[in-house]
Amino acid sequence: MRPGDVFGFSAQSLAAHPSRTALTMLAISIGVAAVVVLTALGEAARTYVIDQFSSLGSHLLIVFPGRTETSGTFPGALTGATPRDLTLDDALSLARERTVRRVAPLTIGSALVSWGRRSREGAVLGSRLQRWEIRHFAMAQGRFLPALDARQARPVVVLGSVVRDELFGPANAVGEWVRIGERRYRVAGVLAPQGQSLGFNTDELVIVPVASAQALFNQASLLRVLVEARSREDIAAAKQAVIETLKARHEGEQDVTVVTQDALLATFDRILRALTLAVGGIAAISLAVAGILIMNVMLIAVSQRTREIGLLKALGATPAQIRRLFFAEALLLSVAGALAGLVLGEAGSYAIGKLYPMLPVVAPAWAAGAALATALATGVVFTAVPARRAARLDPVLALYRR
Amino acid sequence: MIELGGVERVFVVGTAEVHALRRVDLRIADGEYVAVMGPSGSGKSTLLNLIGLLDRPDAGRYLLDGRDVTDLTDEEQAAVRSRKIGFVFQSFHLVGRLDAADNIALPMVLAGIAPDERRARVERALAEFGLAERARHRPDELSGGQRQRVAIARATVMRPSVILADEPTGNLDRATGREVMASLDRLNARGVTVILVTHDPEIGAHARRQVRMLDGAIASDSLAATAAER
Repeated sequence: MRPGDVFGFSAQSLAAHPSRTALTMLAISIGVAAVVVLTALGEAARTYVIDQFSSLGSHLLIVFPGRTETSGTFPGALTGATPRDLTLDDALSLARERTVRRVAPLTIGSALVSWGRRSREGAVLGSRLQRWEIRHFAMAQGRFLPALDARQARPVVVLGSVVRDELFGPANAVGEWVRIGERRYRVAGVLAPQGQSLGFNTDELVIVPVASAQALFNQASLLRVLVEARSREDIAAAKQAVIETLKARHEGEQDVTVVTQDALLATFDRILRALTLAVGGIAAISLAVAGILIMNVMLIAVSQRTREIGLLKALGATPAQIRRLFFAEALLLSVAGALAGLVLGEAGSYAIGKLYPMLPVVAPAWAAGAALATALATGVVFTAVPARRAARLDPVLALYRR
Repeated sequence: MIELGGVERVFVVGTAEVHALRRVDLRIADGEYVAVMGPSGSGKSTLLNLIGLLDRPDAGRYLLDGRDVTDLTDEEQAAVRSRKIGFVFQSFHLVGRLDAADNIALPMVLAGIAPDERRARVERALAEFGLAERARHRPDELSGGQRQRVAIARATVMRPSVILADEPTGNLDRATGREVMASLDRLNARGVTVILVTHDPEIGAHARRQVRMLDGAIASDSLAATAAER
């Protein structure tokens, strides 16, 4: 039998059952579309997070209090000692290292921010000027926090754009006094809107000098310290210096964790890639379900077409030919369904990209390829049983079945 | 040349064994016109299926054109069916979604004959069986007689040496049945061996040789009778 005739015959028999064919194709196309859309989303999330981290600036080290490298608990958990806080003095001591360009101590808390009758809960970030330079904040109005000694508390504040809009509406904010918790602060400037960064929405932040924040929350410890190395080559040396310095200051105990931005990026990249694969894999399960549907449809086809199979055998069809006819049908179904699914998936990705313009939703080529291959493979694999059953039918019983 | 020697066929129905064929010996020469007759259950269809290689004997041997075909693989048997044997069934067995021309072309499609050659042969077959006007009609748009003529055209399109017809007129009225029998008579006149299963004596009379079966065995054979008379 000529290949063209095999597919022609199979196409005719698919066309003879339009609704069954359409439903099976739909199942396959949904599976393929799910793989495409979900991997596109996963990839988008990955690209997005990586971009966000890169926007933090280059040559960055992040110092966390507590050591989490070797165990989930902090050192001293068994001896009863608590880890030392990371203090402002610790942070400032780092600035004296040769390999360190600048240091930004960070503390964060939540407080009620109010102006006149309006108030809203805001995330209050304690920081200083260097922080702005590291993160490249852009100002919409006014100035950032003034250059101060880090220990100096000053009642000035920089508002995120959303906070400004909600508190002041159309009124002018710069120069006004807002109340944060129990204290009053003068608005020095407003940040330009820039959306999410590192899980914070900077538009909703309220930034005060780090000493002011510590006073406000009555807290001596820091959330973390951002350290910028002088150059890319200095990152490793700076990391070592930070660890040594803090170890010396903490009575020989290494109780901080220093993460380089590269390591962080690599970790996030790995995690999110794994997540994309996992999500794609889950979507692929729907393809397996579609495969079982193909098997079911083919089994029904074998029993409905028993007489036809008997006839084909009487007309000289070999068992191999019968098998080929069923495989051709499954292949046509899967190819058509998969192509429809690709179109559907690309359209879905495009629609999501339109809805959330900040997410770069593009299905990676490998995902589309893998979805296609999975669809074809499931189609063929799940047809093996029905095709074999058809090929083995006893022609006499098949022909005379009522 | 078809030669059956000591052919047995036993079906197991539940716990009982049914001897569909008991030690059947039969020789059919090329170009013969044979009617296999007998009551239902006498084994005539089983005999036809065995001759058509749709079934295998449990014992005995079957030589087709001098070659033992009982130990061929399924694939080899299919090839023999394709080249040497044409089937005509009581219930026509046309493929409902294919039109008359495509139904006739089906054995050639399976045999891998080129489309141009197929078209030419289908056209000749349609003309020969008076179906030229019905080529693009599907079976449900054809009369019973037309359907059976499509089936006969399909059975002959590979130019087999043997046509096996199982109750070819069973689903037809007498007039159409005669029409269909005329087609078979013509085929035999051209030298094709025709073996016909029927329980209708009028249909059986078309054949020059009548084989009567009873309980799986050949009860009488007109050829043997004439030979004995001589």
